[in-house]
Amino acid sequence: MIEVVSASRCVTCDVCIAVCPTNVFDRGAGGVPVIARQNDCQTCFMCEAHCPADALFVAPLTHPAPPDSPLRDEDHVTDTGLLGSYRKELGWGRGRKSGARTAVGPELGRARITPAPAQGE
Amino acid sequence: MTTTALDLTADVVIVGGGPAGTWAALTAAAAGADVLLLDKGYCGTSGPTASGGTGVWYVQPGPAAREKAMASREALGGHLQDRRWMARVLDQTYENMNRLEAEARYPFPVVDGVAHKRGLQGPEYMRRMRSWIKRAGVRVLDHSPVTELLVDPAGTVAGVRGHRRQHDTGYRVRASAAVLATGGCAFLSKALGCDVATGDGALYAAEAGAAMSGMEFSNSYAIAPAFTSVTKTAYYGFATFFHGDGTPLAGAGSQGGRSVIAQELLRTGTVLCQIDHATPEQQALMRSGQPNFFLTFDRLGINPFTDKFPVTLLLEGTVRGTGGIQIVDDDCATTVPGLYAAGDAATRELICGGFTGGGSHNSAWAMSSGTWAGGGAARFAAALGSSAVKRRLTGAGGVAVRPTGSRPFDGDPWAEAQDVLRRQVHPYDKNYLRHGDRLRPALSELDELWQRLRAGASADPAGTPRLRQAAAMVAHARWMYTSALARTESRGMARRQEFPGLDPAQHRRLTVGGLDELWVRPESLLAPRPELAVAS
Repeated sequence: MIEVVSASRCVTCDVCIAVCPTNVFDRGAGGVPVIARQNDCQTCFMCEAHCPADALFVAPLTHPAPPDSPLRDEDHVTDTGLLGSYRKELGWGRGRKSGARTAVGPELGRARITPAPAQGE
Repeated sequence: MTTTALDLTADVVIVGGGPAGTWAALTAAAAGADVLLLDKGYCGTSGPTASGGTGVWYVQPGPAAREKAMASREALGGHLQDRRWMARVLDQTYENMNRLEAEARYPFPVVDGVAHKRGLQGPEYMRRMRSWIKRAGVRVLDHSPVTELLVDPAGTVAGVRGHRRQHDTGYRVRASAAVLATGGCAFLSKALGCDVATGDGALYAAEAGAAMSGMEFSNSYAIAPAFTSVTKTAYYGFATFFHGDGTPLAGAGSQGGRSVIAQELLRTGTVLCQIDHATPEQQALMRSGQPNFFLTFDRLGINPFTDKFPVTLLLEGTVRGTGGIQIVDDDCATTVPGLYAAGDAATRELICGGFTGGGSHNSAWAMSSGTWAGGGAARFAAALGSSAVKRRLTGAGGVAVRPTGSRPFDGDPWAEAQDVLRRQVHPYDKNYLRHGDRLRPALSELDELWQRLRAGASADPAGTPRLRQAAAMVAHARWMYTSALARTESRGMARRQEFPGLDPAQHRRLTVGGLDELWVRPESLLAPRPELAVAS
């Protein structure tokens, strides 16, 4: 779920308010969006991908992160390079090459079935 | 007469802005129609395609390659497909993917000097579709859930009504034809991008008189790391699964062994996974192929190739099932004049039968059926001409907009619907591992809830879209279980524990419909498979 809105990075462009498919944000004081309906967040990472300022961070959990979670800590997600990492991988942003250009997955053969443990193992 | 804040007209109105809706919009606009596209979220990010990535059933023309592509999934789908439709979809998909490159400048990867068109990265694809339809002159209204269809005195679909949630105003669209491209129904499971897929279009179509087909093929569950949203079941083909104590879970697999995972989750609540059979080269390709697959792992500090991590199964219902609104001609028309269906909102049995192994067929279906529905709707609108705007409009909506009872719903209808769906539809022992002894009581509880919703549920304009979604999900589940009970065999993904075999006498599709009283009708038997005819 969306956990971090960086007021210092936000450029108050309202893009996240527009693009969130489940309408999680409201415009807050000074134009910085507030997470108004976190429970409606479907953890799709779309707001983060579309944010031109890398001001949003979506924790990969389908429930709110616990209060002491580092995934709620702007400094942690900045220092670890997680903030803005999805947009970077998509190749979105000035001077970047679209990630779609290299998006070739592995050949998918027949799915592996977990074998029974060998005798005596 | 209700007054609405925003009164619009269009030749063609498209409900839903995912791949099917945007291709429909593009085609209708190219045919000269004035097109309005409505998305309950945001066209460009809404739905499972935008937030994911998808394979595409893109096959070079040529009889041998096409024959192989069509034959490959027929047995899995229970031989309910239609070869003519498969061939049409292959042709249309080939054309559309080439247009994506030439006209939308989609940046396909180049492998050995050739553009690789067997996949699309969701965010890039849908961002480009949005700008493409806008260039084509399509008007787009985001955050504007439709709440009901409008019909003329003859029952022909003549528009829609809805609510603009970021403006808190109602709207009404008078239109000559409508395309439902609202997606399937995943029951708010939080599977990636699926929470907007609540089966709204199926409810609206049924209220106007349309039927569903293949609703028993609705028990798709996807693998995701526990407590997360990223479903990418295909990559788990490289995985080994384990009991909670770390010993191998024999028989478990992403394909052909998913029910073993479900049974273990039911029994102990824990299944661990390690993607330990991907070579370093395959691991690197997985990352470049689907960067979103790694969002979860990178952010939780998990190395999926060397760590054992817990997994869950998230309900994808008819998003990766194949049931949906029945279509009756090559334009993807429904039985209701003026109403067309495309993408996951429509049945995909014609090309998939009772099973889709992943996004590839669904994405091909979305772009093909969208193209046809948009074209068909534009032709319908042109044939109606200017008399269309003079029709008297009536709302077709029932549940949650026009209660039939004299007393309001006793309780919180949204919360109750969530509770019943959580107990009767999500659980693996109800919807996935199906048995009549468990389906029948589940259906009874859903029926009872429906009757109460129908009699008394209502909300203010801002709350109406959400309540309609709840009702749509309850209706969806009732069609699913009614069809599942009627198919007393195991075919495609619709397996019944007490009927494990395939019954040649049930080699036909099932149509289901109704709202207060449901009905299910077997269609005529399909031609026997040639190899079976020979064997007998």
